Amino acid sequence: MASSNFNFINPFTFLNVQDSPGTYVGDFYTDNFEKGARAGNVILNLGPQHPSTHGVLRVLVELFGEYVLRSEPVLGYLHRMQEKMGEVKTPYQYLPNMGRVDYLNPIAWNWAFAGAVERLAGLEVPEKAEWLRVVSAELNRISSHLLWWGAFVMDLGGVTPILYAFEEREKINDILQIVTGSRLTYNYFRFGGVGQDADGRFVDLIKDFVPYMRERLKMYKALVTENIIFRRRLEGIGPMGEDICRRYGATGPIMRAAGVMCDTRRLYPYGIYDRFDYDIPTGPTDDCMGRYLVRLEEIKESLRILEQAVRDIPGGPHIVAKAPKPAYKLPAGESYFTVEGARGQVACHIISDGGKTPYRIKLRAPGFSNLSLFAEAAKGTLLADAIAILGSLDLVIPEVDR
Amino acid sequence: MELSLLYFVKILVAVLAIIALMVGNAIVMVYVERKAAGFIQRRPGPYEVGPWGTLQAIVDSMKLLAKQIFVPANADYILFFLAPILAFFPVLLLFLPIPFGPYLTSWETPDGIILILAFAGFGVLSNLLGGWASNNKYGVLGAARAVSQSIAYEIPLILALLAVIYQAGTLNLSEIVEAQGSWPWQWNLVCQPLAFFIYLVSLVAETNRAPFDLPEAESELTAGFHTEYSGMGFALFFLAEYANMLLVSFVCATFFLGGYKGPILDGFWWTFIKAYLVMFFIVWIRWTFPRVRFDQLLNINWKWLLPLSLLNLWVTAIVIKVIG
Repeated sequence: MASSNFNFINPFTFLNVQDSPGTYVGDFYTDNFEKGARAGNVILNLGPQHPSTHGVLRVLVELFGEYVLRSEPVLGYLHRMQEKMGEVKTPYQYLPNMGRVDYLNPIAWNWAFAGAVERLAGLEVPEKAEWLRVVSAELNRISSHLLWWGAFVMDLGGVTPILYAFEEREKINDILQIVTGSRLTYNYFRFGGVGQDADGRFVDLIKDFVPYMRERLKMYKALVTENIIFRRRLEGIGPMGEDICRRYGATGPIMRAAGVMCDTRRLYPYGIYDRFDYDIPTGPTDDCMGRYLVRLEEIKESLRILEQAVRDIPGGPHIVAKAPKPAYKLPAGESYFTVEGARGQVACHIISDGGKTPYRIKLRAPGFSNLSLFAEAAKGTLLADAIAILGSLDLVIPEVDR
Repeated sequence: MELSLLYFVKILVAVLAIIALMVGNAIVMVYVERKAAGFIQRRPGPYEVGPWGTLQAIVDSMKLLAKQIFVPANADYILFFLAPILAFFPVLLLFLPIPFGPYLTSWETPDGIILILAFAGFGVLSNLLGGWASNNKYGVLGAARAVSQSIAYEIPLILALLAVIYQAGTLNLSEIVEAQGSWPWQWNLVCQPLAFFIYLVSLVAETNRAPFDLPEAESELTAGFHTEYSGMGFALFFLAEYANMLLVSFVCATFFLGGYKGPILDGFWWTFIKAYLVMFFIVWIRWTFPRVRFDQLLNINWKWLLPLSLLNLWVTAIVIKVIG
């Protein structure tokens, strides 16, 4: 097939190491996946349009029968240059982008960016604003985990639970809508506080929601967790021990399922989390079932934080009196702020040279690191297990690609 | 059997009636399934088209009729079009020996169940051809799954039916119904509970319905063997799936649930009520269970259902020999 008659430039050439003209080593768009299947095998392109890749992830897998011999996630189908946008926009203009990086857990990204700017500018955040930040972040964590729960069971073929999860998610959206004004891509935080103060209805709805959600979690356990088919599909599948998690930089529920107490809220305390009494659940096992159970336990712990939060509400303003105006210029310097998102450690690193826009913004997406475990964990599993492992990583592709 | 013109006309009328039944069944079942799914998932289900959404299935079939049939590049053209036809038409024959009522059997034949079991194999052949001909990797994977699943589950299914056949001493479906009584405790369900259970599991696997819907496992293989089918090709596969469901439900009603016999007023209504209860059971478990993995599916069959059905057959044979 390699022919020297073609003189046009191969658009994929720059990606690949050429060993002879016209042929390149990797499959297209990736260098890590050697081209060509061994005899009797088939290379399957899972995605970018596939029901189980949760958006536009593309995974190349080489299959022997139904066994996955090797696989490679190919990223970039939802790359929106979020980091570059941070360099051409003022911090105020860039703030709404944070809701779009990870549309399921925007509050954590709001917090990471606002926290980094506040740390650089030396802003103090009022107590009420810290309270609102904790409450909204925990509500958002629950809603993110709920959607993951439904989508994960759907990956395993159970279509019904996602609609049950959406019922609770709608309630959380109703609560967060009161303070944030939106239901999906929240743009709630401001530099030095939050956008809007809470009213009595907000608190009342949370007070109603906590016992309701606890009842529903019991129902989830009876309906899904104790189902024999479900357990047989997950137990012992895709073990990811501490070793592989540390090598790839996995954080969040994946690392905690491996038995490591790794939670930014405890390791690098921020906000007023130190006031609340809550546990960091670590998984009984490091397989898919462990990751599943850790996330359900985290919902319970978030409910505990919410329960304590609505008991004692601080007063005062929800934003500092001298909050930065839209034309605000960041002082020169650099700052790093990290928070615990639903998927792991969310961080923002800002370097500013004192100009109108930051010199460089680096966003640390937990999904990116977590996804890199997949190729190693899925090796030698069945295709259905690989899908289960992919689901258990809780991927949000906009966040992975940024 | 005499091959007169009248006989020929009777079969022809029966085939036409069966086509009407299959299409009508699909339209009703699409609506019932979607409403049942809506009820289980706590949403209204279809409600826009017609009163309570009853015309939804008709509108859907109109859409499928009007859609362009897309043939993928390098597909095997003849087999690609043959597969859905092959899926749909052999099912017609399978309904011929079913005794719907005491005097409502299309073709009274002494070997009725043999005919059904023989032609039921066409269903998996069409799945294999459809998956192979569409030149799609998901299609081939789905087709391969369909074949091994169907071959595996046909054996316990036949062995479960064989126990009842031993008991009744006939292959004629009408006589199997006649061998059962009018009341529920006189049905084969009571004296062959294990066979009934094995048959119930196998029929779900044979009709490729969840939790055994591996040939078309959505989250793994997008749509499995019918990934590349659109419009009428997909509609025929769909019709065949519902027709197969109806068939196994009728066989279940005939073999285990007393067929057309009921506590009062024997008649075809009892067959239909029983068959549709089985259909509802299939729909119900589809929306409640996650999917099993493929090796687990085969393990259930070869390690549990097959030995159990052999044991059941053996015990049945001994009991018949002892009792006389």
